[in-house]
Amino acid sequence: MKYLCLIYSDETSWGRMSREEAGAMMGKYMACTEYLKAGGHYLGGNGLQPTSTATTVRVRNGAISTTDGPFVETKEQLGGYYLVEARDLNEAIQLASHIPAAEEGGIEIRPVMDTSGG
Amino acid sequence: MMPPSPRDLREEVERIYRHDSRRVLATLIRLLGDFDAAEEALHDAFVAAIERWPQEGMPANPIAWLVSTGRFKAIDKRRRQQNFDAKRDQLTYAMSTDVSIEEPTDDVIGDDRLRLIFTCCHPALSPDAQVALTLRTVGNLTTEEIAHAFLLPAPTLAQRIVRAKTKIRAAGIPYEIPAPSELPARLEVVLAVIYLIFNEGYSASSGASLTRSDLSVEAIRLGRLLVELSAEPEAMGLLAMMLLHDSRRAARVTPEGDLLLLDEQDRTRWNADQIAEGLALTEQTLRAARVGPYALQAAIAAVHAEAPRAEETDWRQIVSLYNVLLRIRPTTVVELNRAAAVAMSEGPEQGLELIDRLLGRGELSDYQPAHAARADLLRRLDRREEALEAYAVALRLTSQEAQRRFLERRIRELRA
Repeated sequence: MKYLCLIYSDETSWGRMSREEAGAMMGKYMACTEYLKAGGHYLGGNGLQPTSTATTVRVRNGAISTTDGPFVETKEQLGGYYLVEARDLNEAIQLASHIPAAEEGGIEIRPVMDTSGG
Repeated sequence: MMPPSPRDLREEVERIYRHDSRRVLATLIRLLGDFDAAEEALHDAFVAAIERWPQEGMPANPIAWLVSTGRFKAIDKRRRQQNFDAKRDQLTYAMSTDVSIEEPTDDVIGDDRLRLIFTCCHPALSPDAQVALTLRTVGNLTTEEIAHAFLLPAPTLAQRIVRAKTKIRAAGIPYEIPAPSELPARLEVVLAVIYLIFNEGYSASSGASLTRSDLSVEAIRLGRLLVELSAEPEAMGLLAMMLLHDSRRAARVTPEGDLLLLDEQDRTRWNADQIAEGLALTEQTLRAARVGPYALQAAIAAVHAEAPRAEETDWRQIVSLYNVLLRIRPTTVVELNRAAAVAMSEGPEQGLELIDRLLGRGELSDYQPAHAARADLLRRLDRREEALEAYAVALRLTSQEAQRRFLERRIRELRA
């Protein structure tokens, strides 16, 4: 099954890190990506720019309305994702526990809808 | 020997249904990979048994027969559906090629029941869903019975179960016994679910009567099953604790349904068989390499069970058990219980000091038992006005009818 691991953490924590700490954190994410790749679980993943760069679009009665900011304001923000292949939820949980943000924020695991018709 | 009459056979089928249908279900869920299909197959298998056993006679292994028949019926159903639904091709192929219907051994069935328990108590399900699903599929209660026990409308509970099953399927919660590395954490969830069911039955959190014994009975049955299947010391500890608490059921309430505290109970009415079983299990768990929180709570209940009269309770022993429990499970509720034990072993003043310090930290300010315990100590210290105030706070936080009557009785006695 495919699972999307949504990475939630306090995005302001990056701003409080020293250059060395930020580098170490990047290193942890690279190691995590390598770990997922080595096990054949990695299907994709990216970090996201902070929510200050977010734009939310809605279409109502055919008219586009655009607002500044994320869809919902939360204490911890969506900061990135991994798309993984896992045997089942237990394996997905085990994989998600390797994502560095699991240690201070949290990872939301969402099974990807199977639209293959099987 | 006379062949059994159809009537006897029918009774036999009913007996097997009551006794073994959950085992058959557990294995069918694994074989079919789907809760709903398995429930349907279970039903079909029993219908077939009622039809065929009177003619063909009882099979040598009725459980194996029911599993095979249920599985065959489900495959047949899917195959027929496949005629309408070409997309199912692959699935049906996968199922029909695996025709070697193995005779399920007791071990295999035992493992399936354990798989079912761990699946129903998967931490990805909400506690409400864990409880409902466990009672419905591992236990023997109907949706209506569970709803009644939890004072919920049956449709609400049915919906909870449907949602849980949907999540199991959609999120890919596997039907398996956790790997050894995950087992301790997963077992903890299972034990918590069983304990929650027991507690709801033992000290119903709301409603008119104090206990809902059917839930406690079911929790003890589940606890027994878990011990039988896994022999984990903490599972034994939980079972021992439940048995020892439940042994006091008859003595805990007056015929009018009022609550009696430990020191007011007629100990001759405690259930001696349950105590004997609970004590033996407690002893066994305390011999384990690492003593867990349930084993310690069982040990505390055992000290009470061993005192023929309330005055003979070894409170020092209870305090030292709470000291150990507090080290491995440092919660404010454990601290509160320890404070109550200190009050008994060293005096009400010492206990009150601890409770006041606890309440000062604010975490327990809405916790009824904290105020009830404080009120009781003030009463014993003859600080009447303060006691009345504390009882009033406790009363305000009580939603349970028998608890409310108990506190009102204390207030009346103090005012007299």
